[in-house]
Amino acid sequence: MSGSDGLAESTHAVTVTVNGARRTATVPARRLLSDFLRHDLGLTGTHVGCEHGVCGCCTVLLDGSAVRACLLLAVGVQGRAVTTIEGLAAEDGSLHPVQQAFHDHHGLQCGFCTPGFVLSACDFLADNPEPTSEEVREGMAGNLCRCTGYQNIATAVAAAAEVLRDRGMDPRERCPGGDEDAGAGSNARASLGATPNEAGTTGRGPDGSQAPPRGDGRDEVDQ
Amino acid sequence: MKPPPFRYVAPRTVDDAVAALAEAGAGGKVLAGGQSLVPLLNMRLVTPSTIVDVNGVAGLDGIDVDDDAVVVGATVRHRDLERHDSAVAALPLLRQALELVAHPVIRNRGTVVGSLVHADPAAELPAVLALVGGAVVLAGPDGQREVSAPGCFRGAMEFDLRPGELAVAARFPRLPATTGTAFLELARRHGDYAMAGVCVAVDTTEADGDDPRNATVSGARAVFIGVSDTPTPVDLGSHLQGQSVTALDPAGAVEAARADLDPTTDIHATADYRRHLAGVLLARALVAAVAPTGTDGAVAA
Repeated sequence: MSGSDGLAESTHAVTVTVNGARRTATVPARRLLSDFLRHDLGLTGTHVGCEHGVCGCCTVLLDGSAVRACLLLAVGVQGRAVTTIEGLAAEDGSLHPVQQAFHDHHGLQCGFCTPGFVLSACDFLADNPEPTSEEVREGMAGNLCRCTGYQNIATAVAAAAEVLRDRGMDPRERCPGGDEDAGAGSNARASLGATPNEAGTTGRGPDGSQAPPRGDGRDEVDQ
Repeated sequence: MKPPPFRYVAPRTVDDAVAALAEAGAGGKVLAGGQSLVPLLNMRLVTPSTIVDVNGVAGLDGIDVDDDAVVVGATVRHRDLERHDSAVAALPLLRQALELVAHPVIRNRGTVVGSLVHADPAAELPAVLALVGGAVVLAGPDGQREVSAPGCFRGAMEFDLRPGELAVAARFPRLPATTGTAFLELARRHGDYAMAGVCVAVDTTEADGDDPRNATVSGARAVFIGVSDTPTPVDLGSHLQGQSVTALDPAGAVEAARADLDPTTDIHATADYRRHLAGVLLARALVAAVAPTGTDGAVAA
């Protein structure tokens, strides 16, 4: 790819650990992390709304801290670990407590903002496992939702906090699964392509392949 | 909404970064946290020919607290400083300000020094640097130099940074234990840029006995944000001197400060509203700064 004014556009082989799997793609320096995840790795669960850091839809975890993927260059996260919405549900398809709480409490309607809300909530709840309702509202204030009116999102985050405390879970980690209640549902979810069969756990090596299996880019809460 | 093409370099030392900036010339731009630069790139409001990513530069990620100051390296994130207990104990105003900077997700990535050099008139940290009389250390082709606040803030979004220079650290001098501080602002939504805000430092002297409630005010300064182009300290000492910390009457200081403000009208607020708001926030901040919890290093919630 060549740039304007005779400026040769440099490309870079970027290797990032995404949801536990080493992934490599060769991209121009100007590739945003959000586009790297979506276009180069096929992980379309990370949504792109405003592309200037306001809406929060593209929020992912970078080494466990929530960041806007649209405000990072892919080349700038070389060698780091990224968690996307595809990296939260368990192998058996059972939802992460934050995802489950959004489902249970109707914390989503169209679902476009949901991946960003969920990942923001994961970082927020890791930082503040026992938030007051006021703290939940402040903690989620960096994400925009045009459907729900936020009430159910706040309820969901508060409910997730309780579940996470009960289970002693770090909300930034993939859900361990093994939820008996999810037994019957997990097959259905798998058939819907919701099983997070990402490379890291199924042995896709660091081969730099740019053809991820279809289906791992979608998630229950990502409509 | 995608960045324009640019050359990307990721130096490992300050010398290499300065050399890369020199080579890039006028088209060079430093990337640290990127929480202001990348939106500008995405909207193509800036089109640098070379991005010099300093995130991998060794020695810029430190927070040093000594008897005189808190020194913050160029790649220290807002969140790192906000959570740094000894820095916050040394200068509680840092956390009082950092909690108001954007949203936690932005603070996870944005840098303290980057905020200073970006010099946004609605940003909190330039006001803090101006209030405490701090400085920014710049590395350039001719070595290092230090520029002091508030003079280093030349205008809205304009910092005293010469072409080819890299901001490597910021120095926030500590305040005496008898100086209380507070930072208050009002935004439409928590985390958004404030329509107006103010940080204050109020000096107190012990009267008699050990009871901090016997203290009186011996000096006061304020810096407003969102109502002027640059963070300019306003001396309010003459309006507050001698007043008891338990019965502070900020009316005179508020009236004087409002008379000096010349805010502008935009879609978020009118000039009159901003002037009014600045005064209300100033009154509250002055009272909060001298409240007993504000003078002993504890941070008010």
